[in-house]
Amino acid sequence: MERPAWAPRSIDISVPSVSRIYDYYLGGSHNFEVDREAARKAMEFMPGLPKIMQANRAFMRRAVRFAVGEGIDQFLDVGSGIPTFGNVHEVAQSANSGARVVYVDHDPVAVAHSQAVLAGNDGTGVVAADLRKPQEILASPGVERLIDLNRPVALLLVAILHFVEDADDPYEAVAELRDALAPGSLLVLTHASYEGIPLPPERAEGAVDVYKDIRNPLIMRSRDDIARFFEGYDMVEPGLVAPPLWRPQEAPEDEDPYAFSGFVGVGITA
Amino acid sequence: MIAEPDGQQDRQRRFATIWSRAVFPVTSTSLTRPEFEEQLLPLARRLSQALHTRTLDADAGRAVGAALVAAHCTDPDALTRTLDCVDAYLVLYCGENGDQEELRTRSSRLQHAMAAGFAAALRERTLAEQEAISAAALKAQGVVAQALHATEARFRAVFEGAAIGIGIADLEGQILQVNGALLRMFGITDKMAHGRNVQEWTHPEDAPQTWKLYEELVRGEREHYHVEKAFYRPDGTVLWTNLTVSLLRDPDGNPQYQLALMEDTTERRLLNLRLRYEATHDALTGLPNRTFFFERLEKALGAGRGQRYGLCYLDLDGFKTVNDSLGHAAGDRLLVEVADRLQGCATAPGEMVARLGGDEFVALTTGADTEREVDELAARIMNALIAPISIDGRELTVRGSIGIVEGPAGERSPAEVLRSADITMYRAKSAGGNRFELADEEADARAITRHGLTTALPAALDRGEFFIEYQPLVHLGDGSVRGAEALVRWLHPQHGILGPDRFIPLAEHTGLIVPLGRWVLEQSVRQAREWRERYDDAGPLRINVNLSPCQLTHPGLVQDTVDILERAGVEPDALCLEVTESALIGADDDLLKPLRRLAEMGVDIALDDFGTGYSNLANLRRLPVSILKLDRSFTQSMQQFPADPVDLKIVEGIVSLAHSLDLAVTVEGVETGAQAEQLRILGCDTAQGWYYARPGPPDRLHQLALVDATG
Repeated sequence: MERPAWAPRSIDISVPSVSRIYDYYLGGSHNFEVDREAARKAMEFMPGLPKIMQANRAFMRRAVRFAVGEGIDQFLDVGSGIPTFGNVHEVAQSANSGARVVYVDHDPVAVAHSQAVLAGNDGTGVVAADLRKPQEILASPGVERLIDLNRPVALLLVAILHFVEDADDPYEAVAELRDALAPGSLLVLTHASYEGIPLPPERAEGAVDVYKDIRNPLIMRSRDDIARFFEGYDMVEPGLVAPPLWRPQEAPEDEDPYAFSGFVGVGITA
Repeated sequence: MIAEPDGQQDRQRRFATIWSRAVFPVTSTSLTRPEFEEQLLPLARRLSQALHTRTLDADAGRAVGAALVAAHCTDPDALTRTLDCVDAYLVLYCGENGDQEELRTRSSRLQHAMAAGFAAALRERTLAEQEAISAAALKAQGVVAQALHATEARFRAVFEGAAIGIGIADLEGQILQVNGALLRMFGITDKMAHGRNVQEWTHPEDAPQTWKLYEELVRGEREHYHVEKAFYRPDGTVLWTNLTVSLLRDPDGNPQYQLALMEDTTERRLLNLRLRYEATHDALTGLPNRTFFFERLEKALGAGRGQRYGLCYLDLDGFKTVNDSLGHAAGDRLLVEVADRLQGCATAPGEMVARLGGDEFVALTTGADTEREVDELAARIMNALIAPISIDGRELTVRGSIGIVEGPAGERSPAEVLRSADITMYRAKSAGGNRFELADEEADARAITRHGLTTALPAALDRGEFFIEYQPLVHLGDGSVRGAEALVRWLHPQHGILGPDRFIPLAEHTGLIVPLGRWVLEQSVRQAREWRERYDDAGPLRINVNLSPCQLTHPGLVQDTVDILERAGVEPDALCLEVTESALIGADDDLLKPLRRLAEMGVDIALDDFGTGYSNLANLRRLPVSILKLDRSFTQSMQQFPADPVDLKIVEGIVSLAHSLDLAVTVEGVETGAQAEQLRILGCDTAQGWYYARPGPPDRLHQLALVDATG
């Protein structure tokens, strides 16, 4: 039976969570031993995992600044996870204090923590919803309160789509969100891929298996498959590239080799 | 402020650059390295100052250590690399010209303080974050619990507020919980429901599979089932429900509870039963109606080997009279009383009485021994009708005619059986009524044809199934064709060509003779005109048309005839109407008046079949006839040679008499030349018969007439 939206799944902190694992990669302590255990196991296969996350964060930071530069002051960050540092609202509001940011996540712990961290910041909101049900995101009170869908929005899908299996039709979800956005809106996207990882795929697969084991499979997609998420968008220069290559602020050759894993890109709606 | 080259600030900057390069790879900041370097620059300045402070500023070292943690350098490697860097480059870049030994001591002290500050800050941050995430987890759990509570509350609201009855029982059938709707349906209290076992709730009308489905469900072999089920209420009344039972499993998939949802269908069922009753019962008498009776008859006729049926078809004698004289209300009351009495006659299992409509009732008996039973049933019905029925203070004697059909199941259709019963009933009625008759196949067959023809007659006229043949009338003196007799035929779709003897009596019986006779007259007169127009030189041809007794008494006879003649533009003397002698026996003036009128207009009237009935010769004077048609029985004896002299004398006498009364004589049935010659000698005027021509289409007459004219 379909669970009603207002009744979240029960919380079992003995099950690892991808948001808390992500926090651990970033040196945070917003995690429990089960999370750290899973993270350490994945890092046995790919010791550079934290660098990948860091490169993702760095790209997001550059992309948000780019968005602000394009005049965008509304941000919808779906799959925001555990807020640590360098969050979208910090970057956006430091450039434009009137910027408004809505964080969306389906992990109730991440949502509760975000609410605690963002308490008092009127320009931000937290929504408990799932990317697989875009209409629930769009119809949420948080989005209604903070985001004017008649004006351009930067939609951030950073390190989330690789957790949505094809069976759940992520392309349809992304298209539904796109259709709700005003012209001039941006899609900021990052996605895991075997392409660019400085390891033989069978080794990287070990890390992927860890996610499978914790019932949160990591879907590695090809560049072409990732590019399809941008249907209906025009790609912003330099297109869909490895994270360090997107509008770098310093010489990419200084970057850690792991930073080149996966693809990032920004698209703009016509 | 622009840093002097190689000045203090420039050297601090260079230290910060080296430091940031060393630490950046192990940080998790999302800043770029130059940005990160900007964060370290004030820390480098602070360290530089502390290096030159005479008394060691341990606070500065701790603050710088703590600042590293704040800049997200939480990896222990970040501290190692920082300390390595401070140890190797702080004195070198920021020591200026101070005492190297002292500077190195201070540097190492600073490193201790930085390590302590880093550790303390990291401990604080870790604890704070752990607390934050735990709090978040707790809060989230609270939210979930609240949501679950809301779910529960909503469920309770649905459970209690539902219009359908909901009950939960364990797999042994013990009732755990029921909602208000269910209690109201059953008319019981919560207490009465609690602890009861659903298996106690059996009802005689439970479908055979009901409890089998139940067993399958509680064994976990079935997820749900849906049945219509009755329950007893404590007050003895019956509750009918649409019942859906579902199996509830625990999270591991093991059967745990059964959930029953029930909808009260008692009212709907009653309504259905009522509608069914109304559709199958006669509103006046309350007896089963035709529909219901046919259902039962069909069932009886479809029963297995050895099963028989007996049917009594009752029609009240003279019911129409009651209706006409006492009114419909009285008629209805009579029918109700008869229905009551009939119902008392068929009370055994397998027996039923129904009203088919009007005053027609049927009684049915079924079983193995209906041969005997149906006679008894008919006798009971006759007996039941003996006592007079009192209506409006009048004692009415009711009689009925019954047709009985009895036989083995599986041979005939309901319609066949009922028709046979109907025909048999009519037989009883024709035999005088107040009796019953048993169906007899031969009588049925006859009646069926008669019955069939009768019912087919009206449509036959509409469909143009009748046609006319003409038999010439020949003048015996010169052998010329003088006219023809019109003879109607019926081209029946099944039975072929039927002569008038087969259907004219039926047409007379039903009154159809009037329109049929008019049609024959129209056709014949039209034919006469055609002959006259085309063969005028062959002499005036006359058409003879038969008039049945019924037509004679029809008030429109004269007017119809006049109209037909006028419309066709035919003179009355072209028409001869033949009336049978028997139709005019004892005729009074009223009956003769129309014939007189016609005769006065010029229409010839022929007395047909003369000599077959009681021929009142004296009466002949009074009749407006101008022609006698001698019956064929007189001419039959003249077929032999020599003819019977007595017959000759009789015919001679009749001709002589007729001529003396100024009547012409026509003979029928002339089949030989000798006959014709004999009759000519005897003085007969015209003749018809096979010797001249059989009845045929109008063209044949043309040929005859032409031959006659040319020959």
